[in-house]
Amino acid sequence: MLKINDLHAAIEDKAILRGLNLEVKPGEVHAIMGPNGSGKSTLANVLAGREEYEVTKGSITFEGKDLLEMEVDERAQAGIFLAFQYPVEIPGVSTATFLKSAINAVRKGQGKEELNAVQLLKLMRERIRMVGMDEKFLQRSLNEGFSGGEKKRNEMLQMALLEPKLAVLDETDSGLDIDALKVVSDVVNQMRSPERSFVIVTHYQRLLNYITPDFVHVLYNGRIVKTGDKTLALKLEELGYDWVKEEADAIAL
Amino acid sequence: MSESMQTLEAHTQSDYKYGFTTNIDTETLPKGLNEDIVRAISAKKNEPEFLLEWRLKAFRNWLTMTEPQWPNVHYPPIDYQDIIYYAAPKKKPELKSLDEVDPELLRTFEKLGIPLDEQKLLAGVAVDAVIDSVSIKTTYKEKLKELGIIFSSFSEAVQDHPDLIQKYLGSVVPASDNYFAALNSAVFSDGSFVYIPKGVRCPMELSTYFRINTANTGQFERTLIVAEEGAYVSYLEGCTAPMRDENQLHAAVVELVALDNATIKYSTVQNWYPGDKDGKGGIYNFVTKRGLCAGFNSKITWTQVETGSAITWKYPSCVLKGDNSVGEFYSVAVTNNRQQADTGTKMMHIGKNTKSTIISKGISAGYSHNSYRGLVKIGKKADNAHNFSQCDSLLMGDKCGAHTFPYLEVDNPSARVEHEATTSKIGEDQLFYLMQRGLSEEDAVNMIVNGYCKEVFNELPMEFAVEAQKLLAISLEGSVG
Repeated sequence: MLKINDLHAAIEDKAILRGLNLEVKPGEVHAIMGPNGSGKSTLANVLAGREEYEVTKGSITFEGKDLLEMEVDERAQAGIFLAFQYPVEIPGVSTATFLKSAINAVRKGQGKEELNAVQLLKLMRERIRMVGMDEKFLQRSLNEGFSGGEKKRNEMLQMALLEPKLAVLDETDSGLDIDALKVVSDVVNQMRSPERSFVIVTHYQRLLNYITPDFVHVLYNGRIVKTGDKTLALKLEELGYDWVKEEADAIAL
Repeated sequence: MSESMQTLEAHTQSDYKYGFTTNIDTETLPKGLNEDIVRAISAKKNEPEFLLEWRLKAFRNWLTMTEPQWPNVHYPPIDYQDIIYYAAPKKKPELKSLDEVDPELLRTFEKLGIPLDEQKLLAGVAVDAVIDSVSIKTTYKEKLKELGIIFSSFSEAVQDHPDLIQKYLGSVVPASDNYFAALNSAVFSDGSFVYIPKGVRCPMELSTYFRINTANTGQFERTLIVAEEGAYVSYLEGCTAPMRDENQLHAAVVELVALDNATIKYSTVQNWYPGDKDGKGGIYNFVTKRGLCAGFNSKITWTQVETGSAITWKYPSCVLKGDNSVGEFYSVAVTNNRQQADTGTKMMHIGKNTKSTIISKGISAGYSHNSYRGLVKIGKKADNAHNFSQCDSLLMGDKCGAHTFPYLEVDNPSARVEHEATTSKIGEDQLFYLMQRGLSEEDAVNMIVNGYCKEVFNELPMEFAVEAQKLLAISLEGSVG
């Protein structure tokens, strides 16, 4: 589904990713872990196509297509969803209006028929229960005045509604209490399917107590330096990142 | 400059959808302005003596005045002797069918969702093809007449109701009020007159559209609306369809009078030709609009969506004379390319317990400049007056400017005055967020802008609000998308 080859990316001429390789097959859940500044969020943003991040080398293909040639909205329509670390506030735009537009934009992009107002409302009501949000949120301005936890739930609601092929969660767990954390993992677990893949970017192991990843990768200095299964995450929890750094530095020397 | 900033710019560098094409043959007076011209205009309109005198007085006043220099706008000097001040009602060239209409214009109509018959009327297709509109118009007129509501062109009102005109004309905006108001008073060509009798609630939105054929308002328009005790009226000025005019200078005057417990809502969507990308050829829109809340508990609401004109100089104001009266001003002003706007309001609190609200939303794009200028004045006797002002500016791109000039004069210690102001840039973060959810760049920009303007759109009558949203999208539309 997703193939990343020797990816180099920079922001404001500062190299962040330096030769990253990753392959995600349909149905797989990959956790990307790593110390601060290792390039985790850069990877998430490059996948979504954020302009500030410049790809200097390498390639990314998504379902055989060259992802780097696609615009941000085209990637979204192709089925890539990014759950934001810091969801953006849009004053004056109701959450419902936004969700409806997004659902139909994605459907339209995928050549599906757009949903009518009744179908949209039914769908939103059904999914909003999944994330434990009150329906009144639909009438509020998008993310405006939402608490950190509410914003993240809203991200999960959007993911549930847009039903992406590949969902990238960018530190969705940061700053969440245990209830919100469970909501995030519940939604991910419910949505896991043989066709849908997840890339979960996280600093901590705790989300992985609830979501069992197929692979755990450690990102360091812009490269994946270690790959394992869920036990690797536990080891990192126990020992921290220093041993991985030392190993990687030793190889680099 | 980042790439998305460049796209934003490209996005906002759109053209006015069509240029000037009208060829006119009219009966006109010679260029220039003097007493003879003023007399000739009055004579052509067969006006009563008092009105001629009023015009002449205004003209003599005007001669002693100078053009205001304080607005934050720049334009070459206007030669007032090079203007034709009277032209008989202009006839647009009649087209046989919509096939003959500029396809670009039709595309704009379509985007605005204007019904086919209206499209024909607006594009100047032969009127016999639009029977429906004509009959609707007649039905409306009859219904209004039953209720005693007068809704006519200003010229008709001068003939039919000279007493009302004499009583109220200039009662809110005196002929000597300012340079452009004086000019208008001397040479105004036509406009609208509305009178709502005591206790009558006007059952429909009064729209200038419904008398589009009876009056071609021209460059010196005059509007007067009087709401008697307990009356209510909602008046819609203008049309979201693009307006073109060969006259560069427009100096209109609008006067509103609300007596005890009366309410007037005045909504405008202004879409005059803004000039080309370099700012050539656009309309100068120098308008004086003022409402007098004369009576107890009266209310006047101005709502405006300004997207057109090369230069806008406009401050719809409220004089809150009656105790407990309320003045409101809701404005969206969009400038793009080389447009300049200096617009805002004045709220003059004179009576006790008077209340005013100002919500101003400026949007600047391209190389344009957008200024908010507002005055809140609380008089000595205005006990417990209350004003709330919110002035927000949104910048698109990094070559435009937004300016805010709030003035405050408080002569009564019991006043409560609140002012909030923000300036923000349309965020790349916001654009990225919406596009990551599948929205095209154009849809994302529209969504952000509409959200920003929501408080003002909420004040517009439903249909108008929908059109205003579409108009905004067209004004900010570019080659991208």
